[in-house]
Amino acid sequence: MAYDKFNLLKSTAVPLPIENVDTDQIIPARFLKATERKGFGDNLFRDWRYNPDDTPKTHFVLNNPIYKGKILVGGKNFGSGSSREHAAWAVYDYGFRCVVSSFFADIFRNNCLNIGVLPVQISPEFLDKIFKAIEVDPNTEFEVSLPEQTFTILSTGEMETFGINAYKKGNLSNGFDDIDYLLNLKKDIESFADTRPF
Amino acid sequence: MSNTLFDKVWDTHVVKKIKNGPDVFFIDRHLVHEVTSPVAFLGLKNRDIPVLYPERTFATADHNTPTINQHLPVKDPLSANQLKALEKNAAEHGIPYWGLGHEKNGIVHVIGPENGITLPGATIVCGDSHTSTHGAFGAIAFGIGTSEVEMVLATQCIMQPKPKSMRININGALSFGVTPKDVALYIISKLTTSGATGYFVEYAGDVFKSMSMEGRMTVCNLSIEMGARGGMIAPDETTFEYIKEREFTPKGEAWDKAMEYWQTLYTEDNAVFDKELTFDAADIEPMITYGTNPGMGTGISNGIPKAENVEGGAATYQKSLAYMDFNEGEDIKGKSIDFVFLGSCTNGRIEDFRAFASVVKGRKKANNVTAWLVPGSHKVEDAIKEEGILEILHEAGFELREPGCSACLAMNDDKVPAGKYAVSTSNRNFEGRQGPGSRTLLASPLVAAAAAVTGKVTDPRELLTMETSNN
Ligand code: SF4
Repeated sequence: MAYDKFNLLKSTAVPLPIENVDTDQIIPARFLKATERKGFGDNLFRDWRYNPDDTPKTHFVLNNPIYKGKILVGGKNFGSGSSREHAAWAVYDYGFRCVVSSFFADIFRNNCLNIGVLPVQISPEFLDKIFKAIEVDPNTEFEVSLPEQTFTILSTGEMETFGINAYKKGNLSNGFDDIDYLLNLKKDIESFADTRPF
Repeated sequence: MSNTLFDKVWDTHVVKKIKNGPDVFFIDRHLVHEVTSPVAFLGLKNRDIPVLYPERTFATADHNTPTINQHLPVKDPLSANQLKALEKNAAEHGIPYWGLGHEKNGIVHVIGPENGITLPGATIVCGDSHTSTHGAFGAIAFGIGTSEVEMVLATQCIMQPKPKSMRININGALSFGVTPKDVALYIISKLTTSGATGYFVEYAGDVFKSMSMEGRMTVCNLSIEMGARGGMIAPDETTFEYIKEREFTPKGEAWDKAMEYWQTLYTEDNAVFDKELTFDAADIEPMITYGTNPGMGTGISNGIPKAENVEGGAATYQKSLAYMDFNEGEDIKGKSIDFVFLGSCTNGRIEDFRAFASVVKGRKKANNVTAWLVPGSHKVEDAIKEEGILEILHEAGFELREPGCSACLAMNDDKVPAGKYAVSTSNRNFEGRQGPGSRTLLASPLVAAAAAVTGKVTDPRELLTMETSNN
């Protein structure tokens, strides 16, 4: 599925300083019944965000209007658990384009990259600084540069670089996906398949 | 050089290496279910492209299906719609579909091995993280997201950077009452839920060599819970014996040729892993989890650890215990429970039902317990009946349900109510995993059975005699 190109993002951020945020929290299984990719943002963090009677839990960060922006900052081991891409869709559909953490679970990271959400992995120390900066001033702006592979706290100028492989970087900045690439390799794939014993 | 089991299988599936990028990785067999596939099929439609190799894909309905009255129309309109979509997509693209009521229907990771779809040296993917189960056969198997499901349907390949390698050795013999589930929960409690992220694990040593295929599947299944992409065990006589003559395994000459190849699938003596860990089988006792991730497990006779003895943030730890309404330092044994779930791709195979029956035989289900016993497939269900296990269960006051994922992810009606405790043989104890507000204690079928007949967390060794555990 095509998505917006990603290059430079300047935004405030929403802090979620909890470790091991698993994909069942990001989107509970009972919301996986759709057959189209629509409306998942409404159920992002559903059970942390709403009471059983659907009234908002006022203490949860997404219900606090002072926190907003296109960047979600999470604690260590973000996105563990189920492979459901719905979790990445929910993050995207809600309006986030970048997720920052000191550690990501593999499949969630992959899923994000495949749909145009940039996972930015930074050091635990820098993650603390980001949380502090937001705590001091929720309007703190951050800048994510994909070409430079940097994440900057604009108020202080503090900056850290992050890793991403060149292939995925190219895809994100051009809005391409893997299928476009693989379809061009169809001949190679077919001759390879012929050699497989089963 | 390819000298680990993992390298040998990986390297023979690389169609193309991309400089500074992932490998173009060929997938031999692809399993599809109703929840993570509809958007992938929609993608094919939007691009107007077919499924490249429909004969390499197999579809089943399991995640979102009722476990009673499967012969009646599915009541929940959204679930029914998802099942209909899969049936239609499979028919349109010529993919075999084993829907509700089909004799081969069951949980993806149970039916793959059962029907010989899972083979040593193969690559297997599915839009479900517990695809790691199939690694028990010496396959490279892992879970993928829906975009990747679409990739595999369209091109039989995904773009995958090669993970690092880790070997976990456990030598010695397991003690009485200790099962493969306990081995896995023990490893995860040592590594934490992110300890193997970025790695592909090989399990080696006496414990795995002498383990049944069912047990190996349980262990490999749980690899994802320590963050690993997958886990695998070198194929041996136990493996070949299991797969022989199954419907989709090679036959005749093709079998002989395959055997020749499969016998080369082991790690060479001089192989080096990026990380290697060794544990002693004698240190493992029946395990149970007390928190909200699978790494929060403890030996059943130990208590709930104190925050100061736990790695990671105390705040996260306290939040987790608060959710469970447990306190640090308390005993886990003796805690009253409300539900028992025997099933899932982790522990929904025949061996698991045998183990459960060995404890409940001649006893009665506790009055305060609601028990859901859900076979992993119709074939498991048939075996339960043929082996006389059903009678034992009935006499003890238990009912058997129809196959499916059920309370493992609680997408259907099998939901544990808020605040209630469930001893569950599944794989995840995340907040709300078994229903909003549910509290899950992960354990083996033996521990689940002991809880089911006593109504509380009980060490199964207190109920078992030596003979019954060995059958
Ligand atoms: S039983 Fe649970 S883990 Fe296994 S396939 Fe079903 S939902 Fe996934």
